[in-house]
Amino acid sequence: MKTARLTTPYLVWMILFTIVPLGIVIYFALTDSVTGQFTWENIARISNYGPIILKSIWLALLSSLLCLVIGYPVAYHIAQQKPSRQHFLYMLIMLPMCISFLLRTMAWVSLLDDTGIINNFIRALGLKPLPLIRTNAAVVLGMVYNYLPYMILPLYTVLVKIDPRLIEAAQDLGCNNGKTFRRVILPLSVPGVISGFTMVFVPAVSTFYISQKLGSSGTTLIGDVIESQFKAAYNPNLGAALSLALMVLVLICIGIMNRFSNGEEVVTL
Amino acid sequence: MKTFNKVFTVLVFIFLYIPMVVLLIASFNTGSDPAVFKGFTFHNYGELFRDGVLLPLLANSCILAVLSSLIATIIGTMAALGIHNMRPRKRSLYMAITNIPLTNPEIVTGVSLALLFAFFGQLMKMQSVLGFTTLLIAHITFNLPYVILSVMPKLSQMDPDLEDAAMDLGCNRRQAFFKVVIHEIMPGIISGALMSFTMSLDDFVISYFVYGPKFVTLPVEIYNYTKKPLQPKIYALFTLMFIVILLVMILMNVLQSRDYKSMRARRQALNTQKREGTEV
Repeated sequence: MKTARLTTPYLVWMILFTIVPLGIVIYFALTDSVTGQFTWENIARISNYGPIILKSIWLALLSSLLCLVIGYPVAYHIAQQKPSRQHFLYMLIMLPMCISFLLRTMAWVSLLDDTGIINNFIRALGLKPLPLIRTNAAVVLGMVYNYLPYMILPLYTVLVKIDPRLIEAAQDLGCNNGKTFRRVILPLSVPGVISGFTMVFVPAVSTFYISQKLGSSGTTLIGDVIESQFKAAYNPNLGAALSLALMVLVLICIGIMNRFSNGEEVVTL
Repeated sequence: MKTFNKVFTVLVFIFLYIPMVVLLIASFNTGSDPAVFKGFTFHNYGELFRDGVLLPLLANSCILAVLSSLIATIIGTMAALGIHNMRPRKRSLYMAITNIPLTNPEIVTGVSLALLFAFFGQLMKMQSVLGFTTLLIAHITFNLPYVILSVMPKLSQMDPDLEDAAMDLGCNRRQAFFKVVIHEIMPGIISGALMSFTMSLDDFVISYFVYGPKFVTLPVEIYNYTKKPLQPKIYALFTLMFIVILLVMILMNVLQSRDYKSMRARRQALNTQKREGTEV
């Protein structure tokens, strides 16, 4: 086929700027920062960051679950509207994704800060201000806020495709609403759940900005450590090893997720 | 259950838009702390246009977004055409490559490109190669998968006979593409280009690892700003960008619904033709 030539620029580009860089990450992870000799040292040092990695996974999992619980009813509601209304609501969900997430996170800082909007309000009511910012809860809130659209959109995509006749059939055959949901709607929306979960988990587990702004030194995440290895401490070899660990972690997560979906097609935006 | 869903959805939308409202109000605040509203002013907008710091950075971001989405759209559309005609096995290999930047955490993509550019720099005996070119390369790289993923479905929706018909009528492959195929897949190309443009305009994480002091984009500068106390003119810039993005989205919405309508109309016309054909 003549058209095969058309993919050449793409293939060259992806090899040069995606596959080769990943090779360089592996190379850096396996060499010493001073001598450039082969070493397992950097990989061994990953275990020092065990608690931070576990914390990142835990907070990201919690955020993904919360996004699922919050996002599902919203996606379901949107999918039941008239098409023109659906387009409009879809746009309203997309819109925040296009605004700099740095600024949106800063807005949460001014909402949650000790002298922020919420605490000012509480003080005006004559109550004691709450410790809202620099907590795990604030970091989870930041993650849920930033990545919720990534959960809602794929869920909506699968829910809107479910044939309404299937639901009618289930009801005709004696299912009540709860049972229809459990036996028909939920199983059919599994691909959306999977891709939504992955799309929230991957950026949440690797974030560094949200934890810097809404968290404290106690909520340092793996992303923060990688960032500081490149931007502050300058140990790219350790940074590369940690990036490699993060990549493997994400691949395992996606692998587990895809097992759940039984090889069904995974939905993207 | 329905009312619950409705109320819940409204609450979630409020949750999604509260920070926007905070930023919007902060842009008209005389004080610099968004938490305390001191008085109404347009001063921040004037300041934004006077001081000439943020707008050139926005221009940088726009130049980068236009160029990277344009190049990614061209390379990506070509690749989608090629991939579309491939055998399943080769095709799934290409799709796997396409998925790498999508599934990799952004920070890993950023770090890997930073290391690549550092390596280039060493080879060329330069102190640092970081600058416009490295940003452009990085942005094209993460834009390419979005273009391919929005063009591919349009190619599979297209009637394959159309291209054959064009060639039967005397077009060569190139003419068939520019006269027929490109019009069929145009909505996919446009949405891929727009998606790349917005992704590129808003990208922080990857840019942060590959930018150099000679060429700074707006999100990177906002990050550098937020280490210090924020200046209120940023809120003014946010408000203006919010309006622009809103307009772009409405435009996209209109284009999409037009595409949808024309597709339905064409399908109807086709059906009537077929029915008439059988009646004869």
